Amino acid sequence: MDEFASESDSDYTSYWRDWFISSRGNEYFCEIDEDYLTDRFNLTGLNTEVQYYQYALDLITDVFDLDCDDDMRETIEKSARHLYGLIHARYVVTTRGLAKMLDKYKKADFGKCPRVFCHSHPLLPMGQTDVPNQKPVKLYCVRCEDVYNPKSSRHAAIDGAYFGTSFHNIMFQVYPALVPPKSSERYIPRVYGFRVHSSAALIRWQNIQRTDMLRRLRKLEVESGFKGDQGEEDLDDEDEEEDEIDVEGDTNVVG
Amino acid sequence: MSTSSGTPESWISSFCSLLGHEYFAEVSEEFIEDDFNLTGLQTQVAMYKEALEMILDVEPEDDEDEEEEEEEEEDESIEGGDNRMRQGERRNHSRIASDLSVIESSAEMLYGLIHQRFICSRAGIQQMSEKYELGHFGICPRSNCEQARTLPVGLSDIPGEDTVKLFCPSCLDVYVPPNSRFQTVDGAFFGRTFGALFLLTFPEYDLTKRGADVLAGTRVTEDDKDMLNGMYVCNIAPGLGTSKIYQPRIYGFRVSEVARSGPRMQWLRDKPDDMSELDEARRFVEDNPDSEDEDDASMNLNGRPIRRLRARRRQGQGGQNGSPMTVEQNGVESEL
Repeated sequence: MDEFASESDSDYTSYWRDWFISSRGNEYFCEIDEDYLTDRFNLTGLNTEVQYYQYALDLITDVFDLDCDDDMRETIEKSARHLYGLIHARYVVTTRGLAKMLDKYKKADFGKCPRVFCHSHPLLPMGQTDVPNQKPVKLYCVRCEDVYNPKSSRHAAIDGAYFGTSFHNIMFQVYPALVPPKSSERYIPRVYGFRVHSSAALIRWQNIQRTDMLRRLRKLEVESGFKGDQGEEDLDDEDEEEDEIDVEGDTNVVG
Repeated sequence: MSTSSGTPESWISSFCSLLGHEYFAEVSEEFIEDDFNLTGLQTQVAMYKEALEMILDVEPEDDEDEEEEEEEEEDESIEGGDNRMRQGERRNHSRIASDLSVIESSAEMLYGLIHQRFICSRAGIQQMSEKYELGHFGICPRSNCEQARTLPVGLSDIPGEDTVKLFCPSCLDVYVPPNSRFQTVDGAFFGRTFGALFLLTFPEYDLTKRGADVLAGTRVTEDDKDMLNGMYVCNIAPGLGTSKIYQPRIYGFRVSEVARSGPRMQWLRDKPDDMSELDEARRFVEDNPDSEDEDDASMNLNGRPIRRLRARRRQGQGGQNGSPMTVEQNGVESEL
């Protein structure tokens, strides 16, 4: 153990996982429990994904004691990081993994939504595919239900498969109370106060889509999650309001 | 920063080169010197006269009597040698430090408010388009916008209400700039109008192109020049639509709309597969084939059909000519 610590460049931590999750750029990862790692069932199939699988696993679980040259060590180190990521994708959808990621979510460790009308809602990391080495990690905002690129380039280099395509959706299935109220607040492009015709027409169309969706949900008696969405009357009111504004902004600018 | 240090740099260019001021255009002195462009700003800015002098690098004048003598001189000698001499004489007039900092912040406010007007003038919007081409305003953080270029906008025209935001023409949404240094820049210094006006002024930018293609200054190709609602169809929110909406999945299965955590915001990123659906005026005429003949009658009946018909006519006129800036009177303020 001592030998390992002095060889790696982190003298102040004795555990590989501690070092890994605290190193710069790895802020999105949570620490995987020892118990989870040692249960071979959880690692099914990963031995074919990772080079020097056994050594890499030994390194992660701090029992690595192979005498080897620096090149070999570097290779194993790389394999260990990859293996950790792949196990991480499985771990974060377990109950304990979700709880750990939830803590990080609440602290906004994954950043905040850049969309102005999401008012800095915390993000969750996600992958666009579960196959490794395909696409980098993206960030999901549950408020606008859209996907954003990480701000920092060191995060943009992380493999998206280390989080997977399901994790962030499972999170809100397991903790439905976390889903924030939805809002139809949005940006309307204007020139000297007048709406621009092309975007205004698109926004009107989108509003119809939203109204249709709310009607569908109401028919099924499902709560839509929209603020101030109590009944059909409200909707009609909203429509009328829209119309009034339309009349006011009659002179939509046409380019 | 201080003009008396003898640096060749003007106040305006040193202001624009400050960290966090990367979005600002350099307002031309002619624009500021035209009083018409400053209408109403006196009441909005404290120490207006001093602030204006600071922006224009004019030496401050304290006394009323001196003002008259020097007025003639000033025009010719601002860059001349006797400017330095006057500086020496004026040392005893120099303001106390606290006063200077007040003027400095007033000058920044005044510059910002002039900037809001300038970037909507012909010369200003031209300068902003050069900055846009150079990629000074950053890119959209939304994944499906594939790094579309953004434009700086304000959500209010009144200073002190909100910081500068980035408008993405690809998804028609606004975002917080990624770097925190922009969180000290007032959104009113760019204003609500600039973003939309930019797109109307330069309809030829191909908003579907990314990265290196933008550098090459790609314009909309002849094949794509179908107009809809006053814009090229290919330029109306190219980042939206069925294929650009995130579809939540768990182990490959889509999350149902009916689920408590199901998708509810897809309308925000949607657009019709067939964009001609947005041609409301044409659709209205198609749905109501009689209304054209009954034009006069329907005008008296209710507001809605008339509005649509009028919209159609306007579109017919404006359709050929995408840029309001080519219409002479719009550029008047910059030409005066």
